[in-house]
Amino acid sequence: MKVTEKDVRYIAELSRLEISEEEMPMFTEQFNQILEYADILEKVDTTGIEPTFSILPLYNVMREDEVKPGVSHEEAMKNAPAVHNDGFKVPRVIE
Amino acid sequence: MNLYDKTVHELHEQLKKKEISSVELTNALYDRIGAVEDKVAAYVTLDKENALKQAAKVDEMIAAGQDIKPLAGIPGAIKDNISTKGLRTTCSSHILDNFIPVYDAHVIENLRKDETIFLGKTNMDEFAMGSTTKTSYFKMTHNAWNLNRVPGGSSGGSAAAVSAGEAIWALGSDTGGSIRQPASFNGIVGIKPTYGRVSRYGCVAFASSLDQIGPLTRDVTDAALVLNTICGVDAHDSTSLPVDVPDFTKALRQDVKGLRIGLPKEFFGKGTDPKVKEQIMLAAEKYKELGAEVMEVSLPHTEYAVITYYIIAPAEASANLARFDGVRYGYRNKLATSAPEMTKKSRSEGFGAEVKRRIMLGTYVLSSGYYDAYYKKAMQVRTLIKRDFDEVFKKCDVLLTPTSPVVAYSLDEKMDPLTIYMLDVTTIPVNMAGLPGISIPCGFADGMPVGMQLIGKALDEETILRAAYTFEQATEFHKAYAPLGGDK
Repeated sequence: MKVTEKDVRYIAELSRLEISEEEMPMFTEQFNQILEYADILEKVDTTGIEPTFSILPLYNVMREDEVKPGVSHEEAMKNAPAVHNDGFKVPRVIE
Repeated sequence: MNLYDKTVHELHEQLKKKEISSVELTNALYDRIGAVEDKVAAYVTLDKENALKQAAKVDEMIAAGQDIKPLAGIPGAIKDNISTKGLRTTCSSHILDNFIPVYDAHVIENLRKDETIFLGKTNMDEFAMGSTTKTSYFKMTHNAWNLNRVPGGSSGGSAAAVSAGEAIWALGSDTGGSIRQPASFNGIVGIKPTYGRVSRYGCVAFASSLDQIGPLTRDVTDAALVLNTICGVDAHDSTSLPVDVPDFTKALRQDVKGLRIGLPKEFFGKGTDPKVKEQIMLAAEKYKELGAEVMEVSLPHTEYAVITYYIIAPAEASANLARFDGVRYGYRNKLATSAPEMTKKSRSEGFGAEVKRRIMLGTYVLSSGYYDAYYKKAMQVRTLIKRDFDEVFKKCDVLLTPTSPVVAYSLDEKMDPLTIYMLDVTTIPVNMAGLPGISIPCGFADGMPVGMQLIGKALDEETILRAAYTFEQATEFHKAYAPLGGDK
């Protein structure tokens, strides 16, 4: 076993997800299945191999710093679940 | 022949000659949708009012004697992870089910400039995570060849819409095969362009180093026409390549004489349905007949591609989907009493199981202590996978493979996630190496369409288009229509 239910609970917390007790055995089993399969990567010698973060021959694409019109405040708020004084309203953050 | 069964290029000629109007055509499509959508369930959202308005505008342009672009007035469907200003865009997720974009994706801007028509937004696997379209929050889409079978995915709605005559063309997105596999399952053409060919601006990000938008169409000519419109550099996407976009229709020549076609043996591995393999081998024979040189080649790191993908893609997804916090847009749990609880509950209720699985898997492989063993290792293996292709392309011009090891399977098939992931083995390596790939129909197995994949060198869509076009013109497979069989 690569991960236990305790590990999955911890990962869920890092992911800002809640996993119910009923779902926990399923997720744990599936993670183990996938991570155990990942062991085949140990067969590959990657000594000195550069990781590929991007396939492109591009690096630090720059542009002029020009002011251009963007999305308006009103539009940016259009899909907000709750609004207060033109801002996004959320439940209390600090007690 | 019904209007809804025709191709973009046929309909374009008819529009220009005023044999049909765009309004008539658009209505024919909505009539067809009205007739079969309850069986196929390809769409999440329809936009008839705006589509007909746009059709009337194109008819006026034609009446005024204006020149029109090939896609003008021709109704298409857009995968629901591509942002359409003012038109609901859900990614087939509960977390976005009320989301109305305030801007257009770059590809949508381009398509609007060409005066095309958007019929609606198509169903997909939630956030494009899946290969059956069954992970959609809203509905299951059915394969138009046999309604009891999956349409593939994640662009299953787009593929089913084109196949069932509910759209003339469609856009999909492809992170690990999500255009090509549903194209093959539905007997149509699908292209994943070279990474960087098409701007990803406005395509809801799943795995940013792999995602590409591309066309799903009835034939290769239509695919080239859609590519002509959607390709090109975009200031909003720094990974879009500043290279010239050729007129892809110029590549559509019937000529494969001397073309060197490689058959990578690892793509015909033990999970391959022998009946699928048979069709691909017949296609290889056809190419020989047409003057191509066919050779067996090897991409030795192929067996590591699937797990490498299922480390890299979830890692990127876990970061990309962190934006869904219930604060600025999307679903919010209204009962939570603190902001962190609100975010956690909104995400837990808003995302489905497959999305949660991938976010957590991605979080795990990026977490302290596991980063080197999984994520960094996968990125290194990605380098080796790419090098395999570099080597092989010294010897051949294109690679020919099955698009999927299997044909579309039953909607009721119960498979664990890893078994489903393994079926992506033929499409994933192409995304890992950023290469262009096309799937075209090449036969049938058990009454279902078989697709063959042609893989090209980076930015060499033209050669795979030419090879695909040559095969298509020499065969009849693309002329078959989905019968809407089965009993669902």
